[in-house]
Amino acid sequence: MEVVVFWLAALLAVAGAAGVVLQRNPFYSVLSLVVHLIALALLFLLLHAEFLAAAQVIVYAGAVMVLYVFVVAYVGGLEDPLIEPNRSVRVLAPVFALALLVELSVAIIGSGLKAIDSEGAELSAGFGSPSAIGEMFLTKFLVAFEVVSILLLIAAVGAVVLARREPAEDVR
Amino acid sequence: MDIVWYLVLSAFIFCIGAAGVLTRRSPLVILICLELMLNAGNLALAAFARMTGTHDGQVFALIVMIVAAAEVVIGLGLIVAMYRNRMPMDVDEMSELRG
Repeated sequence: MEVVVFWLAALLAVAGAAGVVLQRNPFYSVLSLVVHLIALALLFLLLHAEFLAAAQVIVYAGAVMVLYVFVVAYVGGLEDPLIEPNRSVRVLAPVFALALLVELSVAIIGSGLKAIDSEGAELSAGFGSPSAIGEMFLTKFLVAFEVVSILLLIAAVGAVVLARREPAEDVR
Repeated sequence: MDIVWYLVLSAFIFCIGAAGVLTRRSPLVILICLELMLNAGNLALAAFARMTGTHDGQVFALIVMIVAAAEVVIGLGLIVAMYRNRMPMDVDEMSELRG
């Protein structure tokens, strides 16, 4: 059962990722990304990361994607050419991506981590639950938690400043 | 499933995202491909959290998610500002900062 769900979710995730890159219309790219994100949430569930899966669906597939859809609708369906006009980039980009994949695969397969070929460590009860994650945030990772909240505040203020209309000069 | 399969999948998704960043020209699509790469990282972090049986990886993945949200907000704000100022929606044509 677990194996079937894994391969199904993996196939969906890769298909969604390929859709993002191969669609000409940015709107379809965003929709492919939603499929990809939901497949990833399934994989998080298989990894016993329940809170992470819930956050993925609510924050990513919910809030962030709505933002994307709004901006695509505002800017308009700008279809950009899928075939790169610059010949050297067209040839080199897939080569670079393939080289990166080979490199990462070699690193993973040749890894010295013995536990990588197992199902993972024995889990305590409540692994991945919101209470366990929240406790980590408020004890071990308190500084990171506070820094990230300030980062979010800065991002919100920055977005308002960036997207604001220029105030008319003659209004005093 | 063995952890190694999750890591291979994460490497695969990361490379698809990298290929997208390198080949696409619209800044909007480049941002979406960056999301793909960040999510591949999240998957690897969750897999390592499962491998060690601790929560550190999951907390890290959540922080990556928050940073990605901040990045998206600023990136989309920039794209809206570019659109307002009638700038070309093509990363190759935006070369004013080139020395």
